[in-house]
Amino acid sequence: MTSLLNDLQAWQLRRLLEAGLPLAARPYQVLAERVGASEEAVLEQVRRWSDSGLFRRMGLVIKHRALGFRANAMLVMDIPDECVDEVGRKLGQAAGVNLCYQRPRRLPDWPYNLFCMVHGREREQVCRLIEQMLAENGLHDIPHQLLFSTRAFKQCGGRYAPPASQVAAHG
Amino acid sequence: MKRGCDMQIDPLSRRLIDRFQHGMPLCAEPYRAMADALECSEDEVLACLEQLESSGGLSRIGPVFEHSRAGASTLVALAVPEAQLEQVAEQINRYPEVNHNYLREHHYNLWFVLTGPDRARIDALLLQIEAETGLVPLDLPMQAAYRIDLGFPIGDAP
Repeated sequence: MTSLLNDLQAWQLRRLLEAGLPLAARPYQVLAERVGASEEAVLEQVRRWSDSGLFRRMGLVIKHRALGFRANAMLVMDIPDECVDEVGRKLGQAAGVNLCYQRPRRLPDWPYNLFCMVHGREREQVCRLIEQMLAENGLHDIPHQLLFSTRAFKQCGGRYAPPASQVAAHG
Repeated sequence: MKRGCDMQIDPLSRRLIDRFQHGMPLCAEPYRAMADALECSEDEVLACLEQLESSGGLSRIGPVFEHSRAGASTLVALAVPEAQLEQVAEQINRYPEVNHNYLREHHYNLWFVLTGPDRARIDALLLQIEAETGLVPLDLPMQAAYRIDLGFPIGDAP
């Protein structure tokens, strides 16, 4: 497979994409001018990345707090290792659950291995939803905690691509 | 970050959010394609997105990278004494590799995501954060995803 952009251009493009597409009629043309390539080459590169699974999704990334979703709870649970996959898959389907991940325990400081994010407008509503979800899945007795967020200090996308200076240094 | 007042969401914003948090067309004129799908004009879509962005409801538009493919990431928690909270939150915010830095109600009260090109970079950042803040970070990388973030319907979310 021939490469359409050179390495430096490809990394540059990834950094630009991480910051978001320009709000212009031809956003890829704008990016193409910034990396010094053609619009077609940039579009083809982005399609290849998309096809290869580099993107989780493509679209609007909203700030849920500004849109009124201020009750944002992280439910953490200590699920026995042998059933964490099964419970995770079940809770991942539950209404209101936006993310469901397994993460390592860090004993003795942190005993929880399953994380669910639940967003809502009102705290009571989110609490009720979570209680109901735990009850329906027979999880009421398992050790768990609800960590509501009370303030967002920062909310932006991940910056994975190294700075251009580092790419250049690595050749 | 706006606090204390809910933004009014106009009907077109609502439709854009409900329809295009994922599955945005990947073509030369994506906003025109989105307008066609919603039976409105490209100018209306662009004006609406600009307005959403300037009012603080839109972070950005485009790809959300799959962190297992895009590089390395981890969820980090710090137990910050109340008196140092503002200072530590600011120190953490200064890292470009930090996103989603939240205050949560817990002994571990500061929660953020660290991203980087590889795990070695994450390890280096964790050491740097520990040295800078004097606090030992909890390092909680994802081991399995049972549901990934595809956005959520603003109309009928809880």
